[in-house]
Amino acid sequence: MNAVPLSWYLTLSGVLFTLGAAGFLFRRNIITVFMSIELMLNAVNLSFISFSYAFRRVDGQIFTFFVMVVAAAEAAVGLAIILTVFKNRNTLNIDDLNSMKDEYQPAQPEEASETAPVSVP
Amino acid sequence: MLMDTILFYLFAALVLGGGILTITRRNAVHSAIFLILSLLGVAGLYLLQSAEFLFAVQIVLYVGGIMVLFLFVIMLVNLDQAAKEKQFNRQWTVALACAGLVGAEIFYFLAKGAGAFQLAKGTAEANTGMGNTERLADALFSQYLLPFEIASLLLLVAVVGSVVMAKKRI
Repeated sequence: MNAVPLSWYLTLSGVLFTLGAAGFLFRRNIITVFMSIELMLNAVNLSFISFSYAFRRVDGQIFTFFVMVVAAAEAAVGLAIILTVFKNRNTLNIDDLNSMKDEYQPAQPEEASETAPVSVP
Repeated sequence: MLMDTILFYLFAALVLGGGILTITRRNAVHSAIFLILSLLGVAGLYLLQSAEFLFAVQIVLYVGGIMVLFLFVIMLVNLDQAAKEKQFNRQWTVALACAGLVGAEIFYFLAKGAGAFQLAKGTAEANTGMGNTERLADALFSQYLLPFEIASLLLLVAVVGSVVMAKKRI
């Protein structure tokens, strides 16, 4: 038997989800924003597992399994998007990535190789 | 009993410390390493709740798969410029309010719903005599067969999509 009650796990899961949400909203680097999404997914997985253990049912673990599958697919597609965006825009700052069209160029291609200007607003 | 509590505190410290350092480090490689630490803590908590199969899946899939993919992408992009810039965006007051709101909402409902769950007594493993992996496979291939097949289709679409996006010319 587990001595740790369900509420402790749920509290930990809530704190972890809030941390992920804060990182998602605060950070400017798109890769770190992506990692914050993984933190939130893990918080939800943790609460699924805790309920699965508390109710002695296996369904929560199945759901966690599917969340992991979706997280893997999301990471593959999202990282491919990040690579493509970096190739086209030459930046990872989400404040510069506010348009889906390729009209905004933060740095000219010929001078981007040597001295890429740091775009400070 | 006491060992469980000690292990819970240990893994919770790992999870929360890793999470905090993930969202505050300047260097993205350091963030990824601390995220791996946090994911390992979550895996330990799975093991503490006798979810052995998902413990293995967490380590193999997240730490071995997704985080290695993250590290590859971090090394493919140029991070020197990103590390020199300001790390937090301009709307940080709004972001702080929103994050606080999310946290307050979660803990409000946790406190509100305390004692509302009818928890089961005894272990299901003792009733059926099957291990965790066996019960999981039993449910996955009978009751959840259709979602399992849809998940395989989703993975196929994701693989094709990421290849299409990463290629220079199709």
